[in-house]
Amino acid sequence: MKFSIVVNEGPYTHQASDSAYHFTKALLAKGHEVFRVFFYHDGVNNATRLTTPPQDDRNIVNRWSKLAQGSELDMVVCVAAAQRRGIVDEGEAKRNGKDSTNLAPGFRISGLGQLIEAGIQADRIVVFGD
Amino acid sequence: MSTIKKFMFVNRKAPYGTIYALESLEVVLIAAAFDQDCSMAFLDDGVYQLKKGHQTKGIEVKGFEKTFGALEDYDVEKLYVDQESLAARGLTAEDLCVPVEVMSRAELGKLMDEQDVVLSF
Amino acid sequence: MLHIVNKSPFERNSLDTLLDTSPGGAILLIEDGVYAATKGNAFEPKLKAAMDKFKVYALQGDLEARGIADRVTDGVAMVDYGGFVDLVANNKTNQSWL
Repeated sequence: MKFSIVVNEGPYTHQASDSAYHFTKALLAKGHEVFRVFFYHDGVNNATRLTTPPQDDRNIVNRWSKLAQGSELDMVVCVAAAQRRGIVDEGEAKRNGKDSTNLAPGFRISGLGQLIEAGIQADRIVVFGD
Repeated sequence: MSTIKKFMFVNRKAPYGTIYALESLEVVLIAAAFDQDCSMAFLDDGVYQLKKGHQTKGIEVKGFEKTFGALEDYDVEKLYVDQESLAARGLTAEDLCVPVEVMSRAELGKLMDEQDVVLSF
Repeated sequence: MLHIVNKSPFERNSLDTLLDTSPGGAILLIEDGVYAATKGNAFEPKLKAAMDKFKVYALQGDLEARGIADRVTDGVAMVDYGGFVDLVANNKTNQSWL
């Protein structure tokens, strides 16, 4: 079965991103297909590679990146939400005259249409948020 | 992409205190642009989103009351409002900025069950 | 329909509204939502009364993390993340009551 996941909250403050990660991992373990993981609202903060948690804590960003790498996940960050919160890839940096980028590996920035497409194409869509 | 699904956007949060109400509208407009069968449900504090007369100058935040008025132009005409949530907040349909269908929770729950995709904000 | 609730019934009315709104189905309590399914809590009678219309599940990891896995309301089924996946797969639609 084909699933899409929506993550509406950032890492560390709210449990949503943790729950979404464990759910996505369980989906893959059961042999389901993940059509897309869409990061929206503060959820875009899951995509900054500048995150540096203490060593005895989980690295939420790296965890997503690794999962994407291993399973070819399509992890999409909402462009408008990302711009508001300073999540930047090379294209965005060029377009908006920013001097650096911070998008973590495995994520890509795109529009809200990707969320609707995720709802249309997947058999199931699950929202994690506050 | 010719698939048309029934999308319902469930709004249970008040406007301005958090960004969810604004973002919900953004998503509805995109879903409408994808020619999906869209409806919006308002219950609990979500009914406050529709209260008319928003003046957001004082908080320097963009108001979005006008966007509700524009939904019709995007063929988003199914706005469902929970009667009980309105009454609990001392509101009636006349206090709202656009025409809506006021209904009971049981009716709203039935409609939720008929959807293909329910996105909540 | 599967209803996913992640709020304590003492902090938000998500579960309360869901019980009054939906005609029935399955409910999965996750995150702070699991507090609704503990023995002797003030919301328990309402949850129990709803059990003829709803099958209620609670996420085991969230119960354990909060130290309440040993006082789960009778009739509530514990599931792990794999069970969470199955619940989503086995219900045509789901809704997160955020």
